[in-house]
Amino acid sequence: MQPFDLVGSLPLIVIWLALGAVGIVIQAFVRNTKLVFGYYAGTLAVTGTLAALTSYHKTTAFQHMITVGGYANYFDVLFCAAGLMTMLAARPYLQRSESEYDEFYTLLVSAVSGMILMAHSNNLVVTFVGVELMSISFYVMAGFFKMQERSVEAALKYFLLGAFASGFLVYGMALLYGATGSLDYVDIGLAAHGGTLRFPLLLAAGAVLMTIGLSFKVAAFPFHQWAPDVYEGSPTAVTAFMSTAGKAAAFSAFIPIIMAVMPVGAGAAAAAYAPQLQMVLAIIAAITMLVGNISAIAQTNVKRMLAYSSIAHAGYLMMGLVSGSADGAAGILFYVTSYVFMQIGAFVIVGLVEKADGTNVMLDDYRGLGKRQPLLAGLMAVFMFSLAGIPPFAGFFGKYLLFLSAIEAGFTWLTIVAVVSSVISVYFYLGMVVKMYFQEAEHATEPAPTGMAGITLAVATIAVVVLGVLPSLLLNIYRTW
Amino acid sequence: MLQSIPLDWYLILSAVLFVIGVIGVITRRNAIIIFMSLELMLNAVNLTMVAFSAFLGDVAGQIFVFFVMAVAAAEAAVGLAIVLALFRKKQTVYVDEVNLMKW
Amino acid sequence: MVESYIPLFVMILVGIIFGASNIVLTEILGPKRSTRTKLSTYESGMEPVKSARERFSVKFYLVAMIFILFDIEIVFMYPWAVQFKELGMYGFVAMILFMVLLFSGYIYVVKKGALKWD
Repeated sequence: MQPFDLVGSLPLIVIWLALGAVGIVIQAFVRNTKLVFGYYAGTLAVTGTLAALTSYHKTTAFQHMITVGGYANYFDVLFCAAGLMTMLAARPYLQRSESEYDEFYTLLVSAVSGMILMAHSNNLVVTFVGVELMSISFYVMAGFFKMQERSVEAALKYFLLGAFASGFLVYGMALLYGATGSLDYVDIGLAAHGGTLRFPLLLAAGAVLMTIGLSFKVAAFPFHQWAPDVYEGSPTAVTAFMSTAGKAAAFSAFIPIIMAVMPVGAGAAAAAYAPQLQMVLAIIAAITMLVGNISAIAQTNVKRMLAYSSIAHAGYLMMGLVSGSADGAAGILFYVTSYVFMQIGAFVIVGLVEKADGTNVMLDDYRGLGKRQPLLAGLMAVFMFSLAGIPPFAGFFGKYLLFLSAIEAGFTWLTIVAVVSSVISVYFYLGMVVKMYFQEAEHATEPAPTGMAGITLAVATIAVVVLGVLPSLLLNIYRTW
Repeated sequence: MLQSIPLDWYLILSAVLFVIGVIGVITRRNAIIIFMSLELMLNAVNLTMVAFSAFLGDVAGQIFVFFVMAVAAAEAAVGLAIVLALFRKKQTVYVDEVNLMKW
Repeated sequence: MVESYIPLFVMILVGIIFGASNIVLTEILGPKRSTRTKLSTYESGMEPVKSARERFSVKFYLVAMIFILFDIEIVFMYPWAVQFKELGMYGFVAMILFMVLLFSGYIYVVKKGALKWD
């Protein structure tokens, strides 16, 4: 066993040295936001490219601490893309609010590096460090407008609840370690399947506690209450990033953990509790999407509405976990990819319509946008249709895959709940479109010039349409793992 | 000496500490005290980890504790900074006075 | 087993008796002549300026926060130092890398003036 696999760990090494060893020192001596922005954008681009190029190389590195290739590298590319898109949209947004500090980009890249660690993780320690690296960066980013009371409040709420969730997560990890005697996913899986458990009850308790901790991170019921407040209060560019890439990262960590501790239809030791855990996940998923969609109807603030919709999407994504099959995982991967693009797109438009002081984010402020800004309104309509799951956009096919996987796993009732809540969601997504096109504005405020955010919007739109028309592009990638 | 104390006692102690931390987070209103309760939760986990590590004769659990401590320190720094920013803005550290946004 | 604790118990007992008897005896035997000077906060020192129960600026909070961060990183060096020979070149390079990352953070902190007191 070689201790060090250079090819496979290249993306990780690049992002860490670029961030920790070089980037920080550059920032210490040079105060040039343009340079820092370019440097970190380049870092993300290089990391993403390297991850894509080395994805053929499937092995484990650093004494089985991380897996490289395939699944993990796919997420690397997704995180780097989301990070780049956010950076492009964030620069004009922050400049408008006159709070563009270099550290924003440092924190963003540091969050991406945490996410990458989560996706690559093959060990509970690595997962924990990745989760915390991402979360701590997010706490600071949520409070980035330190002169705005809302932003600071969002940061405090996010920090207190996030740290609370981390406590549960790490306690679950400790119990899992005690039950199986290992921190390694493969060993934990073997112990859980093969029945060499010392304390079967601790395994169940640990799995439940970890599920609670990760449910917090993906904002699933009953641990979703932080999401609307935090997403509303944070700067919109930050919300765009943490509601998409953050959620994708949490699921990238969730999938391997669930596969290890919830062996569906196997394992003598685990068989006793696996069905219960599956049922718990199914119930969480069902309530999450209902609560998210029903609460979203009542909202008058667009950021808050999108926050509740993101809770609902966490519910859809959890359907893939319930099935626990390769099909379910593929459904999650596809849906999370399309979700990242459509949600970032929607939030970037919200950020463009928003005024510099953080107002103009009410639903009523979008009246008549179709006349004033036909292009922006048209793109918003595309993202809304995609989020609602209307063909031919990407959201439709992702939902289809997830619903199919739940039916295959024998959870027909869950699929019925999902369809019903999708129908509910159409009401408020289309309500937005109706406001933009069929209602007159009371007061006209011009959205800010798009600037570099236009690139983000273009990429997001193309991705949403292309993934909707040609889903096989991604599905073929999943088959090669 | 330490070996003679059964594993269960450590687990019970750490579970009790963890629950005290959870109750502290839920019931207290002062952000700093909530913060201390969070640290208590993490330290209860550390105790669990060390107990299992000694019981299993496996060093990985103790290494995990180092990481938990490092993360707790980072969390402490960021958390205190956020509480400070809040205090500068609102002159309070009581979380029930932080209610600009409600559902 | 329990016998080995007996000296400890004796020690605790002696401590309690000594402390308690001292307090009680000074209360009984000591002369009590209270004057204004004797009752002031520092009997033969500075006059107190104002009440101590008010908020004051902690200029060093930033230093304290940064201290927490850098202080705790030491825990990663202890296991490495114990196993230094066995870990060999791989461990050495890893630790150098760790120190470089830590040090670049330190440079950042110093250059941003976070360690300046005023």
